[in-house]
Amino acid sequence: MSLITPDFGLFFWMTVVFLAVFFILWKYGFPVIIKMENDRKAFIDESLKNAREANERLANIKIESEAILQEAHTKQAEILKEAAATRDAIVNDAKDKANIEGARIIEDARQLIQKEKEAAIADIRKQVAQLSVEVAEKILRKELSSENKQMDMIARLLDEVTVSK
Amino acid sequence: MRFLQPIFFLIVMLLTAVPVQAGESRGEKGGFDLKEVIFGHVQDAYQWHITDFNGHAVVLHLPMIFYSQSTGFHVYCSSQFEHEPDANLLRKGPDGFYIKGGHDEKGQVVEMVGSQLKPVMFDISITKTVLVLFIDSIILLLCILIPARWCRKHKIDDPAPKGFTGLMHMFIMSVYEDIVKSTLGEKADKYAPYLLTCFFFIFIVNLLGVVPFPPGGGNLTGNITCTMFLALCTFIVVNVTGSRDYWKEIFWGDVPWWLKVPVPLMPFIEFFGIFIKPVALMIRLFANMLAGHVIAISLSCLIFVMFAIEGLLGQVLGSCITVVSVLMSIFMMVLEVLVCYIQAMVFTMLSAVFIMMSNHKHEHS
Repeated sequence: MSLITPDFGLFFWMTVVFLAVFFILWKYGFPVIIKMENDRKAFIDESLKNAREANERLANIKIESEAILQEAHTKQAEILKEAAATRDAIVNDAKDKANIEGARIIEDARQLIQKEKEAAIADIRKQVAQLSVEVAEKILRKELSSENKQMDMIARLLDEVTVSK
Repeated sequence: MRFLQPIFFLIVMLLTAVPVQAGESRGEKGGFDLKEVIFGHVQDAYQWHITDFNGHAVVLHLPMIFYSQSTGFHVYCSSQFEHEPDANLLRKGPDGFYIKGGHDEKGQVVEMVGSQLKPVMFDISITKTVLVLFIDSIILLLCILIPARWCRKHKIDDPAPKGFTGLMHMFIMSVYEDIVKSTLGEKADKYAPYLLTCFFFIFIVNLLGVVPFPPGGGNLTGNITCTMFLALCTFIVVNVTGSRDYWKEIFWGDVPWWLKVPVPLMPFIEFFGIFIKPVALMIRLFANMLAGHVIAISLSCLIFVMFAIEGLLGQVLGSCITVVSVLMSIFMMVLEVLVCYIQAMVFTMLSAVFIMMSNHKHEHS
């Protein structure tokens, strides 16, 4: 029965055609597609991985930035506090210095005033003494214009001297 | 809906009457020769008898190429041979050549030498099945090379292919991953071109065999020559690439010594296993596809068998059977499409398994 007996002609053509098809597909068909698909798969997987990593990194960056912001806030507060302290210290220092300086100036002024005062007093005394002498001279001159009066005077003066002795 | 069931049963009951009636109608004038139609469809032929139209046969005549020992190469057209055989079942052709057998049968080409008929030495005619082989191979090449061309023209980071290319990429990768790679592991790439060619060749030939008109309709995978060739390819690949462990396993397997020393029972069985495996591949594909074709044709032929019954009974039965036959044919077609895929898959998977077994290396402790 020809149904189950192999046929030479068909076998011949089958060999030729199938081998030709096989070599064409081997050279230009399946390996190209398989390589492309595997590469594409790898590429897609890689891209997905990268995207996931990028997302994670982004999340990390958010957290980090928040931490940095927090730190900056604390630092700012610290710096402000330090600045305030420094300012206070400087002001206090300046105040102290000003006080001391003021005191010194006042003291100097006082001393100067004292000196001036003393000089003035000395001057006044001198002038008073001079005036007194001049007045006394004038008085004396007037008093001692007569002989009697001169005698009285001498007597009184002598009295005074003796009394005081 | 309530009436459908009894009607269906009635039709099925009538179906059981078919063989009897058909048997009676056989041999009558104008009767329907079921056997001839079926074998005319599934067997090879020198011409492609597509259909009968208005009483004339629509035939695609094909070239006949053969080599005769006495007169050398000859190329004829099959139309040069008579369509109907004579009383000795010989179809007369030019130059003293005859074709043995019926009009749609691929009989032997014989040559009248003197008064004796001598078969020609070899015959490589482009028969119906060979033409189907050519057509299917071209379709196969197109189906694979078009998606492959896309790969060459595109870079790795281009958007995914769409339409047919996308489908074929997906299909090829599904076969590659699920059948080839899952069986062969890291050796997959070495054998993938062969196994994928086998799969898609068988699948496309099967599928086009289901199509009932040209370019389909041929019966290539249901032809034992085709499956024999494919099985032979697998046989060669398996045994040529076989590892030393594979041959050792055959001739000096890991079985109790008394199974191999006085009488080499296991080596004998294993040795025959080498040949039985590809023969099983061959028969499985052949029988499945042939059966599919025969069933599909038989279901269609039932209609003609019924109408061939003379009288009113034939008309009634024929009308009834038409409905059943069309329904059954639809069912069988759908089933055949599934079988097309399954048989291609089974052949490829078993080939892959045989290759894996022959390439296997034992880890010696």
